Amino acid sequence: MTATPVLVLLDHAADGTLRPPVRELLTLARELAGDAGVQGVWAGDEDVAAAVPALAAQGVTTVHRLATDTDVHLSAVLADGLEAALAASGAALVLLVSSFENKEAAARLAVRTGAGVVTDVDGLEVQAGRVVAHKTVLAGTWTTRCAVSAPTAVVTVKANSVVAQDAAAPSSPQVVDLPVEVRASSTRVRLVERTELAGSGRPDLGSAHVVVVGGRGTEGDFSAVEELADVLGGAVGATRVATDEGWIGHDAQIGQTGVTVSPRLYVGAGVSGAVHHRGGMQASGTIVAVNSDPDAPIFEIADFGVVGDLFAVLPQAAAELRRLQG
Amino acid sequence: MRIVVCVKFVPDIQSDRQLGPDGRVVRDGGDGTLNELDENAVEAALALAEEHDGHVVVLTVGPDDAVDAVRKGLQMGADEAVHVLDDAVAGSDAIGTATVLAAAVRHLGADAPVDLVLTGMAGLDGLTSLLPAALAEALDLPALPLASTLAVDPAVGTVTVTRRLDHATETLSADLPVLVSVTDGLNEPRYPNFKGIMAARKKPVTTLTLADLGVDPGTVGAAGARTEVLEAAARPPREDRVLLTDTGDAGTRLAAWLVERKLV
Ligand SMILES: Cc1cc2nc3c(=O)[nH]c(=O)nc-3n(C[C@H](O)[C@H](O)[C@H](O)COP(=O)(O)OP(=O)(O)OC[C@H]3O[C@@H](n4cnc5c(N)ncnc54)[C@H](O)[C@@H]3O)c2cc1C
Repeated sequence: MTATPVLVLLDHAADGTLRPPVRELLTLARELAGDAGVQGVWAGDEDVAAAVPALAAQGVTTVHRLATDTDVHLSAVLADGLEAALAASGAALVLLVSSFENKEAAARLAVRTGAGVVTDVDGLEVQAGRVVAHKTVLAGTWTTRCAVSAPTAVVTVKANSVVAQDAAAPSSPQVVDLPVEVRASSTRVRLVERTELAGSGRPDLGSAHVVVVGGRGTEGDFSAVEELADVLGGAVGATRVATDEGWIGHDAQIGQTGVTVSPRLYVGAGVSGAVHHRGGMQASGTIVAVNSDPDAPIFEIADFGVVGDLFAVLPQAAAELRRLQG
Repeated sequence: MRIVVCVKFVPDIQSDRQLGPDGRVVRDGGDGTLNELDENAVEAALALAEEHDGHVVVLTVGPDDAVDAVRKGLQMGADEAVHVLDDAVAGSDAIGTATVLAAAVRHLGADAPVDLVLTGMAGLDGLTSLLPAALAEALDLPALPLASTLAVDPAVGTVTVTRRLDHATETLSADLPVLVSVTDGLNEPRYPNFKGIMAARKKPVTTLTLADLGVDPGTVGAAGARTEVLEAAARPPREDRVLLTDTGDAGTRLAAWLVERKLV
């Protein structure tokens, strides 16, 4: 267990509700922190009140609300805020949800404070006082355990790495305004425009428990993919071919240069399983593939593979699931 | 405009990549290549240099054969290359690599100011994406990461990028000098042609050591790393796998399997 509190960055939506993976990080933080407790960092103008019930259920003791006039969406400003929160909390471990923008802040924090940083982690433990992180690398084909030797550890954790659970006893989180001294250099970048993406009405791709993915084999018709996703309560993803063709938005691209997913269940339909795609999904719990080509590389990593036409197999599976679910 | 592109030599992702017990990628020669995602950065640099009469330096830190990565950059059309080669660099984490690259960029800046530092969005080996922001921090430069569009206005000296994040799209701008990391969606990297390959042979490749750069070897490499790999193991193959050919009921069987596995 850590001797000092564990700090968690509280990623949230525009309405102030926590992003789903944050609850997972808080669960993990609680296990690691024990009596030292878990503290949160609230970055942004959104109303923290919307998140307080969830934070209480997670047993969070203190929330440091970053008080600054500058935009915390700038990674250098976020790093300024995290630096202040580290000092205020006395924490030696900071957890962030793995996302490109959080990794930018993590890198800056590490350079500034001498912290050790590990990204895309799927498990954490404390051994002999050191933080030890577990991660899968090389497109999900290897697992490593990596210790942080610096006094402070900054760790970005992948969604779906732990099952979120409420604390045994809820807390009453104290929200404290934390003045942030923004460095002059942090505001050299101007945020000209920021547009929040509209939600799809489906779970968020990066953190969904189930992801159904369409590739070139859909030929642009995602209806079968969407139907199965909806029966399974999952998110819809795509290969780069499908996003480049404009069949679906770029934010749906899964892979090494898109979103990394590790859901409990991944279903790929008309997806060949190119190495660039596998890099973003190979760590998934269970992999199902439907492809008309028996030699498609995705079958090498599939737990359940169907050589067949996705337009026959997916609707039949969806209908059967609806029947079984009654 | 003087542009430095930082590139990495990585094992070919199409090859069977292995880790040693120290967690470092095993390099048994022959299957290394210029990180694909850095080709987009080289392409961006060349396109800007063509438009604004620029000079492009490709820079890498790595073992002997990493020189192949900068050679490829020269073949694509870069003007000169710098290879930081020093045994003490081995085992660097992203922060250590950023320290060395920052020193090398400063070294280049002593000859003539560097206006733009470009990198790819990630290394296809580690995929940590930490380097661009760490390098900007080490160089005290404003960073415009993950550019999927990039516009430079040299008259007023501003750079504007757009980028796509998980929940938002952003437009960022800053005044030169800046660091920009580019995505694979920004451009289509050119292939080196015969002329480019021949011309590259005559282009200068400077090899520098940590001593040349004034970097204390204790702060980088395995000695300076703030993380230590304790263990690396190949993931066991998946078990109990089912592969069937649809004869009319595969969808039904898939549904039953998902229910049996408690995945719904
Ligand atoms: C630098 C770089 C980065 C990249 N990053 C990514 C990335 O992040 N994500 C990504 O996905 N790709 C990425 N790519 C592209 C990647 O290499 C592949 O080209 C892409 O993943 C292939 O997409 P696909 O599987 O949809 O298409 P294809 O490879 O063309 O496969 C289509 C499959 O559909 C099957 N099929 C056709 N019709 C049917 C049917 N009716 N029913 C069932 N099956 C059918 C075919 O048998 C085939 O296997 C990247 C490439 C590069 C160079």
